[in-house]
Amino acid sequence: MIRVQTHDFDVGAEIAQIKGARTDIGAIVSFTGTVRDADDTVTEMTLEHYPGMTETELAKIEMDAHARWPLQASLIVHRVGTLKPGDNIVLVVTASAHRDAAFDAAKFLMDYLKTSAPFWKRETGPGGDRWVGAKATDDAAASRWSARKDAAE
Amino acid sequence: MRLLYFAWVKEKTGIAAEDVALPDGVATVGELIAWLKTRGPEFAQAFDRDEVIRAAIDQTHARHDAKIGGATEIAFFPPVTGG
Repeated sequence: MIRVQTHDFDVGAEIAQIKGARTDIGAIVSFTGTVRDADDTVTEMTLEHYPGMTETELAKIEMDAHARWPLQASLIVHRVGTLKPGDNIVLVVTASAHRDAAFDAAKFLMDYLKTSAPFWKRETGPGGDRWVGAKATDDAAASRWSARKDAAE
Repeated sequence: MRLLYFAWVKEKTGIAAEDVALPDGVATVGELIAWLKTRGPEFAQAFDRDEVIRAAIDQTHARHDAKIGGATEIAFFPPVTGG
């Protein structure tokens, strides 16, 4: 399941919702991304996105993960709008019978989300506003998965 | 055809969306960018470093050599930075 929303999310409640009364899930992995202000340069972060394409891309990424790993459930929640340091930005939850699939799928979802889902961060700080630049390390993290897939084929 | 601009591309062009009639000879995303650059100083600046501009045709990522074809919506934006 995917959601794009302005309001916060509750990690525990989301996991409880996924688990429900199921007893076939053996492993649940969650990743939470938060607004970082490591050196007092960020007072606010605004997330812009491309409504429509964002949901399409997230659904595609989630479908890819389900095609690669035996997942029983997954969830991607991404916030948009104006956030403060410490606020939650993104939540990824994966559920599987065993931990390896859940761990790997969660990392895959985040790696692909960061390089293909149309979100843009703008930071506001004492020195003004600036758009956050894309990182080459994010591209490298995402491309590792296609290299692995090629190797497996 | 509907054109959309996001993040700093939107800030530089000064608009979020517009409807345009494509001139003859514009068949690919790259050719569309080249034409947009001629539409005034804001557009020239927004698309100055065109190698960093990403595009989507009808909400699907597209390379600069992609054919526009009968697209209804083309978006331009910087590399994504979500997550």
